[in-house]
Amino acid sequence: MKAVLEVSQLTMDFGGLRALDHIDLEVREGEIVALIGPNGAGKTTFFNCITGIYTPTDGNMQLMPAQGAPVRLNGLKPNKVTENGMARTFQNIRLFQNMTVLENVMIGRHCRLHSGIPGAVFRPPANRREEKQIVEDSYRMLEKIGLTGYVNEFAKNLPYGAQRRLEIARALATEPFILLLDEPAAGMNAQETKELDDLIVRIRDQEQVSILLIEHDMKLVMSLSDRIYVVDYGKRIAEGNPEAIKNDPAVIKAYLGEEIDA
Amino acid sequence: MDYFLELFLGGLTRGSIYALIALGYTMVYGIIELINFAHGEIYMIGAFTGLIVISVLTLLGWNTVAVIVIAALVAMIYSAAYGYTIEKIAYKPLRGSQRLSALISAIGMSLFLQNYVLLAQTSNFLPYPNLIPEFTFVKPIEHIVRSTEIVIYIATALVMVGLTVLIKFTRMGKAMRAVAQDRDMAMLVGVDVNRVISFTFIIGSSIAALGGVLVASHIGQVNYYVGFIAGIKAFVAAVLGGIGSMPGAVLGSLVLGWTESFFTGYISSDYEDVFAFIFLVLILIFRPAGILGRSQTDKV
Amino acid sequence: MMTLQEIKKSLFTSLWFMFLTFPIMVIKVNTIEKTIEWRWERMAAVGLGAFVLSFVWRYLIQRKEAGKKRAEVGSEDNVPLIPRLMSDRRFYMPGLMATIVMVVAFPFVFSLYQTNVMITALIYVVVGLGLNIVVGLAGLLDLGYVAFYAVGAYSYALLNVHYGVTFWMALPIGAALAFLFGILLGFPVLRLRGDYLAIVTLGFGEIIRLVLENWNEFSFGPSGIANIPKPGLFGLDLSLQQSTTFIYFLMIGLALMTIFVVRRLQDSRIGRAWIALREDEVACQAMGIDKTRTKLSAFALGATWAGMGGVVFAAKTTFINPTSFTIWESIIILCVVVLGGMGSILGVIVGALILILLPEYLRAFSEFRMLIFGVILVMMMVFRPGGIISDVRRTYKFEGLGNKAENRGE
Repeated sequence: MKAVLEVSQLTMDFGGLRALDHIDLEVREGEIVALIGPNGAGKTTFFNCITGIYTPTDGNMQLMPAQGAPVRLNGLKPNKVTENGMARTFQNIRLFQNMTVLENVMIGRHCRLHSGIPGAVFRPPANRREEKQIVEDSYRMLEKIGLTGYVNEFAKNLPYGAQRRLEIARALATEPFILLLDEPAAGMNAQETKELDDLIVRIRDQEQVSILLIEHDMKLVMSLSDRIYVVDYGKRIAEGNPEAIKNDPAVIKAYLGEEIDA
Repeated sequence: MDYFLELFLGGLTRGSIYALIALGYTMVYGIIELINFAHGEIYMIGAFTGLIVISVLTLLGWNTVAVIVIAALVAMIYSAAYGYTIEKIAYKPLRGSQRLSALISAIGMSLFLQNYVLLAQTSNFLPYPNLIPEFTFVKPIEHIVRSTEIVIYIATALVMVGLTVLIKFTRMGKAMRAVAQDRDMAMLVGVDVNRVISFTFIIGSSIAALGGVLVASHIGQVNYYVGFIAGIKAFVAAVLGGIGSMPGAVLGSLVLGWTESFFTGYISSDYEDVFAFIFLVLILIFRPAGILGRSQTDKV
Repeated sequence: MMTLQEIKKSLFTSLWFMFLTFPIMVIKVNTIEKTIEWRWERMAAVGLGAFVLSFVWRYLIQRKEAGKKRAEVGSEDNVPLIPRLMSDRRFYMPGLMATIVMVVAFPFVFSLYQTNVMITALIYVVVGLGLNIVVGLAGLLDLGYVAFYAVGAYSYALLNVHYGVTFWMALPIGAALAFLFGILLGFPVLRLRGDYLAIVTLGFGEIIRLVLENWNEFSFGPSGIANIPKPGLFGLDLSLQQSTTFIYFLMIGLALMTIFVVRRLQDSRIGRAWIALREDEVACQAMGIDKTRTKLSAFALGATWAGMGGVVFAAKTTFINPTSFTIWESIIILCVVVLGGMGSILGVIVGALILILLPEYLRAFSEFRMLIFGVILVMMMVFRPGGIISDVRRTYKFEGLGNKAENRGE
């Protein structure tokens, strides 16, 4: 299978502290890949580097869309990264709190459309059509994720689990071919986690996106992932399928005291 | 050479004055990340309170040295009280809400205090008696530096030493550093964050008041508006040095003081204030972290 | 309930404020005649006032806390009163008719002076709506907004003095120049974080004012420019009364146009991007929105309206000098936006009318105007950050698409 995201030798220093140390990672088409590791191992930093929020000290990052030439991600602004087909969610939910659920998803459509200030003021037919399309597309997206019941509510008034799913809907609205999920199951109960598991698989199959996720819930990680990367202290310590990871001595050592197959 | 020295020492005076105000800005910013817009007004209230005390005591026929010392002390106490109260009214209820809200509240407070003094006192410039004695040893160099300026240098140096001791060696200083680093964490380990914030406002305000009394004595007049421009310039200095850093505030103040002094002395005095603003804009654009500040990456 | 403890608390507050305001409120020194005036009655007033207000303060704080809790527990339908009335046809139509009649009849019923006051208020409505794009929608605190107002006013005045440019020519030119200035200033400063942005824009505002004050050859310095012609109407010779009425309707037109444009912008792709930017910059960028461009568009558009307002201001007063363009002017406009409700069009209109008309009619209070503005800024932020009329987000209906209310993924 063809790779869609290729990261090699990614290194990030904060002052004297090395948060990421020559990390290699690859996500292939249609894969669900998990990035795990103890707290503070550098997982979110990894996300922030590849999505352009941080500028990495060293290393190469490349996106390979199905059509067209590969895109080097180094030095791209976050919005350019998203435009090029990689979208993300955040560990500490970052919704637009005072906008409605639908509007949150509509923001996701922003980078795929073009109407500007004159279009907004004079509303020519093309603009009206586009606006109508945004609303419909966004609504469809909410249908897929199962949030239409909240469509006109403020994002801040949603229950926690729904907020997490809204973040996913918003990211999907940008039409990515690779989706990064930062602890999507954090704070969810067993039932919600189960539903999330189904949702992620469904997204992968229906939307044809590859998925890279950071997660602490080992049960979810083991059942979902095709492959798993393990980082500790900014270094990659293991890579492989769930079975291999479960039995990897280095991983067990890193997680010593933590239950790996809870 | 004398002219150069005069400008140099004039710049040092300006710088010292800015430093006394900038320290308050930088301390408050370090602790709660708020540009305390009303800080310039605290300085102005200090100067006014000083003037009132001086006038009353002089009419009672007190000795001049005693008058100036008491006036400075009373001004410091009052400004501290104002700083404390302002924080409780305008900033504390806004903790945890958007930073924009707190900033607008601070602007409102600044506007309120200016007009409060304007209405309760006067809009005119009031003459400020200079009670600082003329030192005899200054006589020969009087054309270069005045006694009041020497007092300002000494006061600034003492304040800096005092603050360093406070921050480095006392319990409260340690707590202040902890809150500046990470407020939630400090709270978890048992630091009374509210007390630390109040304390910061009290110290910052009283230093500004000391500055207010000294500067007004030096310049010889005061009105309700003096705090605004002084406040803005001190803020420029704090940003220049790296906001949040106390040595930075002093260094930034001196750099701004000297540049202004030489600029107006050698080039043009028409655009004195424009110069400070252009300076500010340039720093913020090219080196937002300031001379001694660390550039920080926002946590995501 | 007034418990003993609360009374004690209020007594303490009252004593504290009597102490706090003692030197500045009570003692007044006459430095020339060397006499002191003791104004003890003021101390009593402060004490009494603080005592009463401390109850009000506590009540409001409690209400705010309770409101917060209610919002956490569940979202009941708490659409504010005025938007609710507006969406009700029975109130909306007669209300609209009454407003139209009042607006049209105003200059014919009321005196020249009143009409002039109203024109000023309308200028604030227009520039307030412009600033609302910048502060209310995009969340960029611009304290140098008045600079663009000055750009508009001075472009008309100077172009008229040197080249005899008429009002109607100057209106688009002033707007375009302000837009250009917005881009020029915005480009370097919009990368800065929120509070730095406020200070830098303040700096820019002051720079422009100081340049106008000092650069005599260009701007005629502090003495300003006089005899700026009022707007013409097909070359007709208008009396003072007539031309004032004309400017009034011109401003009504400009205000309507502004409302129309801002409304459409709010509900557009760009408008949503502005609001998203205000809500969360990082998430906004991660959703593919170009931060710098979006900010710049808000900043420059806001400036455009200030430019237009400036041209009308110059034409209305026929005389301008730098003192009309101080930082406090920026803050008054900010106050209009904050009081009315950031992001809300109706709010800004109401805010402008209250803040400009009230001090005019309550002459007794006029000297307290700026003091009260300060209080408004603080109190609004503490108790009602949404303003008098908070922004209501647009909702959509999906009958055709099968709106399943139960679809909450539960």
